[in-house]
Amino acid sequence: MMEMLPLIIATIITASTPLLIAALGEYVVERAGVLNLGVEGMMVVGAAVGFASAVLSDSSAIGLLAGALAGLMLAAVFGVLTVYFATNQVASGLALTILGLGLAGLIGQGFVGQPRPPIPPVIIPVLSDMPVLGKAVFTGDPVFFLSLLLLFAVRFFLKTTRAGLLLRACGESHASAHALGLDVRRMRFYAVLFGGLLAGLAGAYLSLIYTRFWSPGMTGGRGWIALALVVFAGGRVWRLVLGAYLFGGITVAQLHAQAGAIALPSQLLSALPYLMTIAALLVLSLSGRKGAGAAGSLGQPFVPER
Amino acid sequence: MGLRLTFTARRESSTLRRILTPILALLVALMLGGIIIALMGKSPLIAFYVFLRDPLTDPWAVQEVLLKATPLSLIAIGLLFCFRANRWNIGAEGQFILGGVMGGGVAILAHGSEASWVLPAMLVAGALGGMIYAAIPALLRNRFGISEILTSLMLVYVAELLLDYLVRGPWRDPKGYNFPQSVPFSESATLQPFFDGGRLHAGVIIALLAIGVAALLFRRSLFGYAVSASGEAPRAANFAGFNEARITLIVFLISGALAGLAGIIEVSGQVGQLRPGFGGGLGFTAIIVAFLGRLNPLGAALSALVIAVLLIGAESAQVVMKLPFDLTRFFMGMLLLCVLLGESLNRYEIKLVRR
Repeated sequence: MMEMLPLIIATIITASTPLLIAALGEYVVERAGVLNLGVEGMMVVGAAVGFASAVLSDSSAIGLLAGALAGLMLAAVFGVLTVYFATNQVASGLALTILGLGLAGLIGQGFVGQPRPPIPPVIIPVLSDMPVLGKAVFTGDPVFFLSLLLLFAVRFFLKTTRAGLLLRACGESHASAHALGLDVRRMRFYAVLFGGLLAGLAGAYLSLIYTRFWSPGMTGGRGWIALALVVFAGGRVWRLVLGAYLFGGITVAQLHAQAGAIALPSQLLSALPYLMTIAALLVLSLSGRKGAGAAGSLGQPFVPER
Repeated sequence: MGLRLTFTARRESSTLRRILTPILALLVALMLGGIIIALMGKSPLIAFYVFLRDPLTDPWAVQEVLLKATPLSLIAIGLLFCFRANRWNIGAEGQFILGGVMGGGVAILAHGSEASWVLPAMLVAGALGGMIYAAIPALLRNRFGISEILTSLMLVYVAELLLDYLVRGPWRDPKGYNFPQSVPFSESATLQPFFDGGRLHAGVIIALLAIGVAALLFRRSLFGYAVSASGEAPRAANFAGFNEARITLIVFLISGALAGLAGIIEVSGQVGQLRPGFGGGLGFTAIIVAFLGRLNPLGAALSALVIAVLLIGAESAQVVMKLPFDLTRFFMGMLLLCVLLGESLNRYEIKLVRR
């Protein structure tokens, strides 16, 4: 069991990292007052473009970058429509997801079943010699470390910088922010782009590091779980980590349970992450924080009077 | 010196503009689709021809179009109650599947019986299944303030897995060579075609009825008014005594029931047994139908026909031109974006001004 432990921890990290990255992006988007339900679509396009680019250029780094940029491009479409043309955010996000699933299928067509080699791990000196954690955590893939970096960067940006404060102001009350002379729409547009960049990166992580092959619809609802994590986080970015690792843990536990022939139907185990999402939202509500923590003008389009 | 967009809300919108908006959106989406097809190295003109020829001319395919439009319009009619009330049921696909499962369960339990109650019981069970499933996100919203968007969507995955479990487990056809499917339904449990050798069945009539009732409700009833008011001005609707939680529950029950009914009609009339993946995303496509029809029952009926033509055309295009179905999905997403943009341009006068 002890020999297995580093491996299990490492698998949980790989399952949780894409959730954390996508959720971090959407967190910033929602702080700015925009609800982008297209995370699943941007992720799956990121996965397809990332994988295709990695195969064509024979470089996983280029793949990750291309996946992130693909997410950014889809987000730009969403941003122009919802932020500048004030289209309905819920419906536009859904459209983005439908469009993304189709687009990813088209892009990934020729790449089904091709394998990708793993990317070399980053080995943190000294720390990687620790027992258990050394192998599990400090010998990780570069994107895992990037996700932690992003976490601190997002927190720092939102809590302590002027731009972060202004972004939150746009989300809390777009009318007041506008009255203060802020360009609410530009701020929101940038936030949406950032969300797309991270969703695309999370998708590319799935196809290049987590599974290391492309299959259609491989995101399997992770974009939606990332959206739920943002609700779960409320106004606290740390809760994203808690949520992401909880869900990553469940995913891994469910895979182990299926392999270990536990006397439960495999479909029930596969349904766990989705049921757990609902349960998590329920617990959150029962703990008395009903709707607390969401930005004040979340989901409402901003149309300046003049 | 920069340019910027200014928005002015239009005081009123002419009928002509309201009718032309979705048509223009469709044309723009088709043009964009044509460009994508050209980028894929195929001729867009031949593609359009293939997409439209069979569904509009071949008698067999025309029936298929109507049969595809049946579940689409039923689900979309239900959804527009939710969307008009600004409640976001995006899990119609799950309610559609559960309707098939519950109704199909009746057929499987009554397998071999030739009694005439089987089919009506299946339809009722199907509608109930969808209704119960839709009640979950509505109650979670009413009781605990949980956003219905995510819960209704999560339940789609759960419904798919439940169906998968049933047809691989307890409901698998013992004589089905281990295929994951239920027994083929008996004659008493299938919607029979109107005429010999044809395909059209009573599902089409049920859909027409739903369209008519919904149109009447929105035009003539206080309830229809309460639903729209609750979406457009929730606070005012509350003051007028329209209970917010009750409206949430009712619109979810209506849309769940219609999606469930569509599910059992699809299973009983088209598939003839339970099989994984029979939903085929119709529950999501119906969201596009509802918006293309401008959240109006008659509009939804017309757009269900348009989308059904495209879906049947996509099947021919897959065979004839090897155009993958993902292209159609991509197109559907694009179409919805165009429709939403059209709605916005309709609502606001947008000008580009120098600042």
